[in-house]
Amino acid sequence: MKPFTYQRAETTQDAVRGIKTPGAKFIAGSTNLLDLMKLQIEQPAHLVDISKLPLNKIEDTEEGGLRIGGLVTNTDLAANERIRKEYAVLSRALLAGASGQLRNKASTGGNFLQRTRCPYFYDTNQPCNKRKPGTGCSAIDGYSRSLGIVGVSNDCIATHPSDMAVAMRVLDAVIETTDSEGNTRSIPLEKFYVLPGSKPNVETVLKKDELITAVILPKPVGGTHIYRKVRDRASYAFALISVAAIIFEDGTGRVAMGGVASQPWRVKAADNQLPNGAKAVIAKLLENPKTTEDNKFKVTLAERVLDGVIKEARG
Amino acid sequence: MKFDTPATENPIDQQKVIGKSTDRIDGPLKTTGTAPYAYEHKDIPGNVAYGYIIGSAIPRGRIGGIDTLAAKTAPGVRAVVTYQNAGELDKGDFNTAKLLAGPDIQHYHQAVAVVVADTFEQARSAAELVDVKYIKDQGNYDLSKVKDSAVSPGKTNGQPADTSRGNFDEAFASAPVTLDETYTTPDQSHSMMEPHASIAAWDGDKLSLWTSNQMVEWGRGDVAKTLKISKDNVRLMSPYIGGGFGGKLFVRADAIMAALGAKAAGRPVKIALQRPLIMNNTTHRPATIQRIRIGADESGKITAIGHESWSGDLEGGGPETAVNQTRLLYAGENRMTSMRLAELHLPEGNAMRAPGEAPGLMALEIAIDEMAEKLNMDPVEFRVVNDTQVDPENPERPFSQRQLVKCLRDGAEKFGWNKRNAEPAQMRDGDWLVGMGVAAAIRGAPVQKSAARVRLETDGSVTVETDMTDIGTGSYTIIAQTAAEMMGLPLNMIKVKLGDSSFPVSSGSGGQWGANSSTAGVYAACVKLREKIADKLGYDKGTAEFSGGQIKADDKSAPLIQAVSDKPLEAEDAMEYGDLDKKYALQTFGGHFVEVGVNAYSGEIRIRRMLAMCAAGRILNPKSARSQVIGGMTMAAGAALMEHLAVDKKRGFFVNHDLAGYEVPVHADIPHQDVIFLDEADDKSSPMKAKGVGELGICGVSAAIANAIYNATGVRIRDYPITLDKLIQDMPVAI
Repeated sequence: MKPFTYQRAETTQDAVRGIKTPGAKFIAGSTNLLDLMKLQIEQPAHLVDISKLPLNKIEDTEEGGLRIGGLVTNTDLAANERIRKEYAVLSRALLAGASGQLRNKASTGGNFLQRTRCPYFYDTNQPCNKRKPGTGCSAIDGYSRSLGIVGVSNDCIATHPSDMAVAMRVLDAVIETTDSEGNTRSIPLEKFYVLPGSKPNVETVLKKDELITAVILPKPVGGTHIYRKVRDRASYAFALISVAAIIFEDGTGRVAMGGVASQPWRVKAADNQLPNGAKAVIAKLLENPKTTEDNKFKVTLAERVLDGVIKEARG
Repeated sequence: MKFDTPATENPIDQQKVIGKSTDRIDGPLKTTGTAPYAYEHKDIPGNVAYGYIIGSAIPRGRIGGIDTLAAKTAPGVRAVVTYQNAGELDKGDFNTAKLLAGPDIQHYHQAVAVVVADTFEQARSAAELVDVKYIKDQGNYDLSKVKDSAVSPGKTNGQPADTSRGNFDEAFASAPVTLDETYTTPDQSHSMMEPHASIAAWDGDKLSLWTSNQMVEWGRGDVAKTLKISKDNVRLMSPYIGGGFGGKLFVRADAIMAALGAKAAGRPVKIALQRPLIMNNTTHRPATIQRIRIGADESGKITAIGHESWSGDLEGGGPETAVNQTRLLYAGENRMTSMRLAELHLPEGNAMRAPGEAPGLMALEIAIDEMAEKLNMDPVEFRVVNDTQVDPENPERPFSQRQLVKCLRDGAEKFGWNKRNAEPAQMRDGDWLVGMGVAAAIRGAPVQKSAARVRLETDGSVTVETDMTDIGTGSYTIIAQTAAEMMGLPLNMIKVKLGDSSFPVSSGSGGQWGANSSTAGVYAACVKLREKIADKLGYDKGTAEFSGGQIKADDKSAPLIQAVSDKPLEAEDAMEYGDLDKKYALQTFGGHFVEVGVNAYSGEIRIRRMLAMCAAGRILNPKSARSQVIGGMTMAAGAALMEHLAVDKKRGFFVNHDLAGYEVPVHADIPHQDVIFLDEADDKSSPMKAKGVGELGICGVSAAIANAIYNATGVRIRDYPITLDKLIQDMPVAI
């Protein structure tokens, strides 16, 4: 870990001003950044601690949805009454992730910004374009069982590890930010992440001085909410794949998938196929997958698991 | 004391303390966080500095140069030690690769330097400034590719590489029912909770080393040899160990680099091997490829059994002895076993909990299940039919005690085995396909010379001192129970001091020999102390009894404390062994039963319940023995379902080298475990009549799980770990 300076921001304005310091990063729950700093994967020169900012409320919006403060903990979000009743897929996704201790610390905004769990990203002896741009990708011809099969590039096949973000994607969440100039903007989650392409180190459209202040959920859409996470061990493991689905009585609905791409994966044309069953959905959702010998099973797995999810929704 | 004829009745048989479920006497220290583990000793002379180890970035080659200037001048840094300034070092007898690399690199994450600084953070930060130039060589990292170049490793632990009896080829060729299959097991990591950790302090030429090590005397010898100093100048202390599983049988880089760092810095140095280094820097259980051939007649009698195993290691290393159990487990007139070793340039392989039997039974006990199916026999019945009461390779050599059949039959009844449908994929519970599996377990019960010192203190209590270790197994408690039983004292009058090389040399902890051997050593010392007390108080030492804090004979008695009115009375002895273990096969046995659910859609595998029926001689402390067995079963569940070090065959290292990537079971994976011990006492093992259970619990379980998965799904996987990706290719689509 490199020496760094530290600042506790009292207000949002403080925070976005502090982030202008060269080499600065925000830190909230410390469940990911601190680990990465210990391993010298992240080496910020300055930390802006935002954990005390007043962004920890969950409020109703005028439109009938919810506004979730960026610092609401994963535990609080999962336990919120309206989330459990009206956005159950989100509560279930949160509870499928990490451990009780981590969820007590992890923030909503930070959860979106988790770094990949690709093992090569964590080993600083190995080439990794995400960690050190231009060095190459070890995973593509290395050990890739947990890695991505869609939206991947020749430079990176890392997956995004979040469960929460997959549910947020199926709920059409919108991220609200503010920057050092005081500008705010609303970014639909579908436009928030960027594909790895030749720059896998760039993961979102956030500017350096932009802070996630809240997440907006549109008004509830009803339907049956299912979050199905598939993993080798029963708890405390990242998803091999996960499915977030909202399925209506008429068989239509929405589906997003985790564990297959560098972002929660959702394809409009795949949603449209839901009444036609899992095979039809997967043909669109995982169209032209780019698999390795290690991870090609994910295509079969995705179809089988989605089949179970659709059947569960239909009762 | 020499043990060379079967034990007769002795004070242990009273079982007033021995054999009773007993809480760990060291439990309160551990649950209050006051048991000092290696990294936590506070009474270190001098101001302790911190060491941070740098592991090699390449798997094989040479160091072209090391620039340590920037690191040396970084804040707080006291020393940077590399092969260039460490002085001449030797290699420990128990190590395959050197613990400090240079100029040659023998494996990935082999230590190339240690940075010593005032704080841990300073050492870690400065470590990044050490610039090592590597010259990379090609290496072999794929066992399947080098399999054909494998050669006979010669004898391993006294056992030959090849054995045979009768005419296997002929019998196999003519058998009406045959099986010829290949099974694979992966590299596995011990992944104990406490990392390898040490504190080293020099006083002139004398080194004190607090370390986490299962084998104090082996460790003392290898520290001395590596550092080229006299063994008399090394004191090694390992009183508490947070898990070892064989990964701490040997001195590792934390100990040697702490000693070197302390010398260079002129201060005591503490090092905890960083978790991401552990998988590649230390030892692991080597992967195997195993071919098993079995021939049987129509009645189900095995007429031919052959087991060949291939594994790899660095030059000078040894094989995974995966054919061990096949030499002993089942009858069969015609048999062969064979081990072959290839050179691989992955980190060095070595013992992990039940080396040999654990991966060997993973293969053999699937093969037996497959054979039973071919014969249309119940797999319990097939095993029973092929039971043997003599070593099948040397029929003149009987087992000292063998109740495998009882384990299987009683286990089947307790488990409800009769509810199993022999036809696979017939049982369903909601989305889950349900199956049951069985496997037999066998694991050697070796004995090792072990010494102890016992002292009757002037307050009437007894102190036991031995360099025995407690690796979480419960050694403190069974040693106290032994002394209490022998001296006729309550448990709370016994004080046990372990893990210090200034104490008499014990068996140490390994190969599940620790419980029986170390308590037998305490037994020997107690016999001597009883004699001294009898002498002192004028009793006949042949007939005096010890109970209730008294020495008794005929109509007289006296409190023990009378013998120490002026000063403590001390006795020291060792238990040594004759050839009973040559005349008899000393083994432990088990029957394992498992029920699994396999998700019909995803292929996820979840264990529903497990039962172990164990026959392992006298059980000294049923409570801690049960803990050992359920721990073994849990580790075997890991081996069956998730644990594998993923080899990057191009880059030559284990990729998933932390506990996020190397998954071991969590509580949710292990919903229900039962353990039942048969009431046994084996008079050929030692005066304790005990054997060992620490490794029995891991043996056979993985195959029982594999067989249950087959029973649930009808898909036979012969490549561990059994993960959903291997299953779903062949599992029918769920309806």
